[in-house]
Amino acid sequence: MSIEMAMMGKASADDRPATTCDDVECVMARPASMTDKLMHYCPGCTHGIIHRLVGEMIDEFGLLDHTVGVCPVGCSVFAYEYFQCDAIEASHGRAPAVATAVKRTDSSRFVFTYQGDGDLASIGMAETIHAAARGERITIFFVNNGIYGMTGGQMAPTSLIGQKTTTSPSGRIAETTGMPIGVCELLSSLKGVAYLARVPISSPKNINTARKYMRKAIRAQLENKGLGLVEFLSTCPVQWAMSPIAAMKHIDNTVIKTFPPGVFVDRVDPVDATSTPMPAVAHTGAEA
Amino acid sequence: MSATLEHPGAKNVAAESEPRGTEQVAGTKRLVKGNEALALGAVHGGLEAFFGYPITPQNEIPEILSGLLPSLGRVFLQAESEVASINMVYGASAAGHRTMTSSSSPGISLMMEGLSYIAGARLPCVIINVMRGGPGLGNIAPSQADYFQACKGGGHGDFHSLVLAPWNVQEMFELPALAFDLADRYRTPVFILADAVLGSMLEPAVVPDQIPPLRKVSKEWATVGRGRRAVKNVVNSLYLDPEVLSAHNETLQSTYREARREIRYDTRFTDDAEILLVAFGIAARVGLSAVRLLRKQGMRIGLLRPITLFPFPSDAIKHLAKQVRQTFVFELNSGQMVEDVRLAVNGISPVDFYGRMGGVLPGPEELAEQIRSRIGRGDSL
Amino acid sequence: MERLDIDVRRCKGCGLCVEFCPKHCLELGDGMNAIGYHPAELHKPEACTSCSLCAEVCPEAGIRVFRKKKGKP
Repeated sequence: MSIEMAMMGKASADDRPATTCDDVECVMARPASMTDKLMHYCPGCTHGIIHRLVGEMIDEFGLLDHTVGVCPVGCSVFAYEYFQCDAIEASHGRAPAVATAVKRTDSSRFVFTYQGDGDLASIGMAETIHAAARGERITIFFVNNGIYGMTGGQMAPTSLIGQKTTTSPSGRIAETTGMPIGVCELLSSLKGVAYLARVPISSPKNINTARKYMRKAIRAQLENKGLGLVEFLSTCPVQWAMSPIAAMKHIDNTVIKTFPPGVFVDRVDPVDATSTPMPAVAHTGAEA
Repeated sequence: MSATLEHPGAKNVAAESEPRGTEQVAGTKRLVKGNEALALGAVHGGLEAFFGYPITPQNEIPEILSGLLPSLGRVFLQAESEVASINMVYGASAAGHRTMTSSSSPGISLMMEGLSYIAGARLPCVIINVMRGGPGLGNIAPSQADYFQACKGGGHGDFHSLVLAPWNVQEMFELPALAFDLADRYRTPVFILADAVLGSMLEPAVVPDQIPPLRKVSKEWATVGRGRRAVKNVVNSLYLDPEVLSAHNETLQSTYREARREIRYDTRFTDDAEILLVAFGIAARVGLSAVRLLRKQGMRIGLLRPITLFPFPSDAIKHLAKQVRQTFVFELNSGQMVEDVRLAVNGISPVDFYGRMGGVLPGPEELAEQIRSRIGRGDSL
Repeated sequence: MERLDIDVRRCKGCGLCVEFCPKHCLELGDGMNAIGYHPAELHKPEACTSCSLCAEVCPEAGIRVFRKKKGKP
């Protein structure tokens, strides 16, 4: 039986006909909470994967009707184009402040921010830390690719030591630019944080781990426990000057030495925290 | 009609925008501090969420609201900075709530980026600036040096906030409610421009005994969560296509033109005036005393006090400029509003300026002497 | 039964699906789509197990995966 014969009527987030057939089922499709719009990201950029995971989560928790997403400035500045939920475009770095107000004015809303490393860990660090310290009931999806992608590949607060960028052409030097900032390490001391985890987007297995972490970070908000944040170690194939596949391997081989993945804080299911020990906070700044 | 609009000269006050809640409501006349009046006025005007950061000389506003708003089930949050405050205002406004921040000059400077986004995204909100001396850290004395910042946009891009300037504690109570109404009607930020003296002065004012219940204003554009709406809402100021951004800017500009129907001003002794004094806020209080002094000495002088600094009462000033021999502008700055007065007068008659900077508030005698000595001297330009 | 529906309009030819397919049944085709890329194709459909790993790594959310319902003859 051909796909064409099977495609009849089942709703999907894209405008192609879906399939319904007695003996065929669709096991994976674009989430209904995503729009059909073609994403503007470069080939192989993991933003698209993380967008899909966000869409899946909104679908899975049935949150679309009362979700307000807050988008950043950076590569994902158009994220609101790709989700079906209400959305606010914040100024650079201020998404946690915007989200704070949206949530505080009506706690029945599900409020998430989607931010990059320049947005969250550089210009918006104050808003990030204070939202976390206050234990705002918001969920932050933090995409860390260690570079300013949209503006042309400048050094980010999370660029690795030795990493060549357009503003560190000989490689990042700790003596003059400091060490990369580990956001999870930094926030893990704050009691307002209910869930904090870092995951590399480098393989199907890790993407599935990301899903598990995202569920917890969302539950941190829905169960009124505090702020939830998932840091995605993400690729920037174009600005890293690597193929998409090499960029994913670079995460596994190199990036995780500076940014060890794992669950840093879990006050959602405290039992899990013991079964998933917090990774060493040793901030090695390993060679790129 | 606003309580201070005693003179029929204020005839172009738009009736539809009255601050509500002061008429037909039981109130008590008592001594009220200016900053307290702003805080209470905002709550009576339907303030749902306040975000701010401490700075002198406006701290009574967050102090009062920190107790009052939570007791009403509304939101008070002391933010980590003015930058966060204005972006929280952005969020609360995007989510459809009446929201406000208050600060003083340096803090307002920090808010300018966020204000531009608010204007660009067409979000209603109220911003109180209890102005202090500048530039830089300056001092905490009364100043009007932020006129340009408030009236000419302040942040990047072609935008304006509507700007209201109270001159007594009663107006400090009434203007926040008007500001919320105007903000919602035109989807713009609205400034209330006060100063260190107005914020700190105790004066008799009528404040209603009961806080009215929240009256929810319907905002079909708000990002409240999609619910059963057929389309999602997006609050945004990003328009990459130049033609689209151009059209968006045209919308903003037409909004500012429409808002000219909200122009408010107060005139005193202008019917037979040969000399016109233009001043706003606390300077107009000094100005009115100086006018009375000079009237006793036989000078036919009148006062025009803009209440809306943007939109500016250009037509009223132009009209009076045809009647008088000379116009004086008095401000607590180096001469900012005087530029708008000159644009309004447009050479019909001379315009002269007197100002004090750095937080110095001259008395009526000093101002009267300045006016007396400058008569006939012509335009100061 | 076609197990994959690759949205060729979206595909940017990044090759992640090709890389992560455990059965090596995908490859980038010779054809070019409207946005100038060579979209991925299922060139060994008989080897596909509907494992969904290609869709999991697809940055465009552009692959739908189908399989026969379990319990059916």
